[in-house]
Amino acid sequence: MKTLPIYGTMAEFASAQQLVDAARKTHSAGYTKIDAYSPFPVEELAEAIGFHKNYVPLVTLIGAITGGVLGYLMQYYCAAISYPTNIGGRPYNSWPAFIIITFEMTILFGAISAVLGMLALNGLPMPYHPVFHVPRFAFATKDRFFLIIFATDPKYDAQGARQFLEGLQPQSISEVPS
Amino acid sequence: MADQLNESTVVNKAPVIAPGHNFATVTDKISSIVLTRPISNGWVVGFAAMFMCTMMLLYALGYLFVRGVGIWGINIPIGWGFAIVNFVWWIGIGHAGTLISAILLLLRQSWRNSINRFAEAMTLFAVACAGVFPGVHTGRPWLDYWMFPYPNTMSYWPQFRSPLMWDVFAVSTYFTVSLMFWFIGLIPDFATLRDRAENKYARMIYGLLGMGWRGSARHWARYEMAYLLLAGLATPLVLSVHTVVSFDFAVGIVPGWHTTIFPPYFVAGAIYSGFAMVLMLAIPIRKIYGLEDFITDRHLQNSAKVMLATGWIVAYGYAVEAFMGWYGGNRYDQTLLWNRLHGPYSFWYYSLLICNLGIPQLLWIRKMRNSPVWLFLISLVILVGMWLERFVIVVISLARDFLPSSWGMYYPTRWDWMTYAGTIGMFLMCMFLFVRILPMISIFEMRTLLPEAEVKHKK
Repeated sequence: MKTLPIYGTMAEFASAQQLVDAARKTHSAGYTKIDAYSPFPVEELAEAIGFHKNYVPLVTLIGAITGGVLGYLMQYYCAAISYPTNIGGRPYNSWPAFIIITFEMTILFGAISAVLGMLALNGLPMPYHPVFHVPRFAFATKDRFFLIIFATDPKYDAQGARQFLEGLQPQSISEVPS
Repeated sequence: MADQLNESTVVNKAPVIAPGHNFATVTDKISSIVLTRPISNGWVVGFAAMFMCTMMLLYALGYLFVRGVGIWGINIPIGWGFAIVNFVWWIGIGHAGTLISAILLLLRQSWRNSINRFAEAMTLFAVACAGVFPGVHTGRPWLDYWMFPYPNTMSYWPQFRSPLMWDVFAVSTYFTVSLMFWFIGLIPDFATLRDRAENKYARMIYGLLGMGWRGSARHWARYEMAYLLLAGLATPLVLSVHTVVSFDFAVGIVPGWHTTIFPPYFVAGAIYSGFAMVLMLAIPIRKIYGLEDFITDRHLQNSAKVMLATGWIVAYGYAVEAFMGWYGGNRYDQTLLWNRLHGPYSFWYYSLLICNLGIPQLLWIRKMRNSPVWLFLISLVILVGMWLERFVIVVISLARDFLPSSWGMYYPTRWDWMTYAGTIGMFLMCMFLFVRILPMISIFEMRTLLPEAEVKHKK
């Protein structure tokens, strides 16, 4: 992303409903590079800003399968190849006894993938972000709702975005320096 | 009559969150406990006492490492004593946290939102206390890495067909997943604390822990998905953990252990004791920190009902054990049953029945479920009862096995008791720190419970 003097234009709303309505209007007005911020998860919001591709389940699935396969192979290698022990004539590859650790490894890798995958896809940790320049944004973790149009949006110009957002009756509007 | 009806409907519909709250008040009320509330003398005294208990634990363990397990009351035939009893007890207590945070999330029981955070914290601390025992039970903790598969010059590997190995994987996975679940739940609240904190260092530390969370809709969507998937993964996990713990016994051939009822009955017992611990912590905490608006009577009632239900599953387990002992026709099982009822440890067995089956029946009475004091006392009795259950299972079976020539008695020594009491101290010390350092109620999940959080679906 090229550096721009302005990162975007941000509008503040008082309720989740207003934010969702505003986000829908902004998205249908043709702005594609937008984001919305809320102090708690609002299910409709992701769809309203046009976010559809959530890869977290895929990452988790791949992690879980990897964990299960590795878990079984580890036990197979240890008990049947590297250090075979004959216990009461049972087969070295005594798979019923390996089910539990295979299961635990599936869960462990799946859970780690879900967490790390979510953080990586979200680009976290990211202690610095331009939106934190807006003093009012501290309330995004309390009781305020924000909508931003990024300067990288093809339709974006500072004047036009401000006018458009004003039409949505926000509590306040601020320009986010980059 | 009309009055009574009215009263009972009101009680039934006790709200999950008291009326009159909005996003700001919820945020301020919970975050102020961490950020602005001064440290009270009561907290200092309580923390200091628990800190001293923890020091006692370290002393007992230090002496154990110097002298070896001979300082404990264990001997052949009873080679498994307090270490396994306490391990199973603590692991069981941990189960309530994951049940509340994962299973109730999947079941859309939104009342869980105000107790899941500290129930999860309780889980972590309880599992940590549990982990102490397998770590030290050989008296040689410096060899603990032998439990894990690693390439070594002796070119051998752990025995993966052993339930004890399954336990290593089950418990360590459980701890890791619980920790991640808890931490992920905390990230948005860390961000809230970062933005509220006045103190520069507090802001910095919460800022680092919050990872720069800004509440973007894209982030929330992935976050919610990850949270849901974690819940989905943690649900079979939590059921598997105590199942695997019960395999430690059930795979063995000792009378009283070798039964197929063990896995479900252990899991139910775990949830039973876990909810008892949740109540024992929630009742004083909500009183001291004035959180009755968030941890309402509804939460106490629901927890009481869960205890009643799981208590009866446990009762069923006892009944099946006794019935199978008699009906199975195996003389060793019959002897075991006789020993429980009339043998040298019969006092412990009857105490167990009173604590786990008798006294908790008071929960059938609505007045009891509505009274925090009674709930607290009944929970204490259940926790004692569940500890006795593990003692009965471990000690009675080992004390009287197949051959009378290998019968023996087990007398816990002061080191056994110091170690046990020490872990309780460590657990409570961690809880004392937790309530002052981290938001003990999930702030962002509480916001979602408010009516103003609702958004109309697209027309």
